[in-house]
Amino acid sequence: MHIAVLIKQVPDTQEVKIDPEKNTIVRAGVESIVNPFDMNAVELALQLVEKHGGEVSVITMGPPQAEAALKETLAMGVTRVLLITDRKFAAADTLATSYTLAKAIEKLSAESGNVDLIICGKQAVDGDTAQTGPGVATRLNFDQATYVTTVDKIDIESKKIVVKRRLAKGVEIVEASLPALITVEKDINEPRYASLPGLVKAERDKIAWWDAAYIGADDDHIGFKGSPTWVKKIFTPPPREGGPELSGESAVKEALDLVFENKHFKEAVLGEEGA
Amino acid sequence: MAENTEWKDVLVFIEVSDGKPQEVGWELLGQATKLAGKLGQKVKALIIGKDVEKYAQEAVSYGADTVYVVDDPSYETYVTRTYCKAFCDVVTKHKPTIVLIGATPLGRDLSGAVGTILQAGLTADCTGLDIDDKTLKLLSTRPTFGGNIMATIFCQKGQPQMSTVRPKVMKKGTPDPARKGEIIKENIPVDPKDLTVKVLDFIPDKAGAVEIEHAKIIVAGGKGVNSPEGFEQLKKLADLLGGEVAGSRPMVEAGLLTSERQVGQTGKTVCPRVFIAVGISGAIQHLVGMQNSDVIISINSDPNAPIFKVSTVSIVEKWQSAIPKLIEQLEARIH
Ligand SMILES: Cc1cc2nc3c(=O)[nH]c(=O)nc-3n(C[C@H](O)[C@H](O)[C@H](O)COP(=O)(O)OP(=O)(O)OC[C@H]3O[C@@H](n4cnc5c(N)ncnc54)[C@H](O)[C@@H]3O)c2cc1C
Ligand SMILES: Nc1ncnc2c1ncn2[C@@H]1O[C@H](COP(=O)(O)O)[C@@H](O)[C@H]1O
Repeated sequence: MHIAVLIKQVPDTQEVKIDPEKNTIVRAGVESIVNPFDMNAVELALQLVEKHGGEVSVITMGPPQAEAALKETLAMGVTRVLLITDRKFAAADTLATSYTLAKAIEKLSAESGNVDLIICGKQAVDGDTAQTGPGVATRLNFDQATYVTTVDKIDIESKKIVVKRRLAKGVEIVEASLPALITVEKDINEPRYASLPGLVKAERDKIAWWDAAYIGADDDHIGFKGSPTWVKKIFTPPPREGGPELSGESAVKEALDLVFENKHFKEAVLGEEGA
Repeated sequence: MAENTEWKDVLVFIEVSDGKPQEVGWELLGQATKLAGKLGQKVKALIIGKDVEKYAQEAVSYGADTVYVVDDPSYETYVTRTYCKAFCDVVTKHKPTIVLIGATPLGRDLSGAVGTILQAGLTADCTGLDIDDKTLKLLSTRPTFGGNIMATIFCQKGQPQMSTVRPKVMKKGTPDPARKGEIIKENIPVDPKDLTVKVLDFIPDKAGAVEIEHAKIIVAGGKGVNSPEGFEQLKKLADLLGGEVAGSRPMVEAGLLTSERQVGQTGKTVCPRVFIAVGISGAIQHLVGMQNSDVIISINSDPNAPIFKVSTVSIVEKWQSAIPKLIEQLEARIH
């Protein structure tokens, strides 16, 4: 079985700030991490090949620094890693990103054997879009299952996979045909630590760089040109106006006096309509 | 410009899942009415499923001028490919310039596929929608980087302009049952070849499972509470008010709350009438999940707690003394 995992390098979200003068995101000095959900995707791939045999290829589209993210997964024990990188990929939105990744998967299938399963994280914590996985699956016309919490069964012979999906009000059990793409939830597993042989491999292996020409990507569908959406502006959310801060013996009473004047509070607490 | 005269109107997807239309559809119809008003265009709705025609009039009552209904037994369970095809067929035929979908698990799964087939610009998980006065393009605002930063995004090219919108952010309007609209049945048969994904079973969450996103009143506790005794007090307060108990992520990690009661970026987004925050500092990842609540009352012993900046009223006091007083005085006022 050949499993491809798509990972994204993201800034550690808590530290990202806006430069108030230039109105751009300040990335300098912000640490990069592998998108947490993608670590679960890598772990799942490793567990599946340990059980069923096969290879794990990890792919990321990003700038040269994203090599660090790939090395982290090499250290966990994956078979090979690929950096999809080209200046032309810059400013890609999810449509252009999923096109590019789909092209990379096709190239990978041609070089290293058909990909049977693609695993993505549920979402990337920097953008939170959760659209790249469905985009790649649709491009490749793969079956897809999002929000997967368990892989119950994989049958290579009959090309079937059975998974549990976390939905708003319960768990759905679905069967899909391989090749398929799944996106995984955080609680599917606990990502393993780097192993010693893995660290050696991460140190030693030269990481393959694939550019737009190499994966056969059409310039009109990648980067800025291939992205219908464009950021008009970024800003820090306007602070909500804080109300009075009360302290002292009668703070609770004063607070209640205030909220009992409030229409929403009265409706919710006393059930008064149109109060 | 030719494309803009062809593509017009605002289409809202009404998700029917768990046997009923999801509230976010009604919320979006309210917002779509505002957007269509600015454009001088109409509001349309799309419903896909089995036995779903009965919801069409409800969509009209919330503001749809036209409702497209794709009603067929083969749409009983959601399968990405079949829903995506039906969706794309309707969009290609009727050419709405704006397409809005609730950012639910189903909506996000579907929109990624639809956007790819239509080669449309898609902005995910928006919290604000507007029309640019000059270009008449849709402006979608969404939090990124965990809510630290907001981005306003538009489609520089292509049609339609798609956005998924977070539930509970737009307020739903008051339905008008007497409102008149057009209901159009679309016959889009499912190709059996597209049914390679099969739903084998659905295990609903246990009865009585909590849905804090529907609660009118939420009493939430954080690390300042951090004890079973504290949460007992919060439960007492919540019961008195007919509300639900929730909390910050550390309380879930500490095992004091189950994860479906977590508020915030990696938990639930809630928008109750009243949110009472007890011993919660107000980290950005928490705020993004609750700051749209109508009334926020916070109790924190630290006079500089960031949560105060979003609170309607703040009480600078330890919960150990504030909560018993609150319960006692509310009992007196309510009964
Ligand atoms: C990627 C990411 C995702 C995250 N997602 C979420 C999420 O979904 N939800 C979430 O909540 N957090 C989330 N977090 C964590 C978040 O950053 C904060 O760490 C967390 O919200 C803090 O919880 P808290 O307010 O309960 O605790 P603290 O920040 O420790 O605050 C405790 C507060 O209690 C007050 N206090 C102490 N004693 C008392 C007392 N006796 N009476 C009254 N007040 C008292 C203190 O003054 C303080 O303000 C996330 C973090 C990351 C990095
Ligand atoms: N640039 C990228 N390179 C590789 N995989 C990506 C990239 N962007 C997103 N993904 C994958 O798509 C998932 C969802 O990302 P997003 O749609 O950005 O929320 C991530 O968890 C990754 O698995």
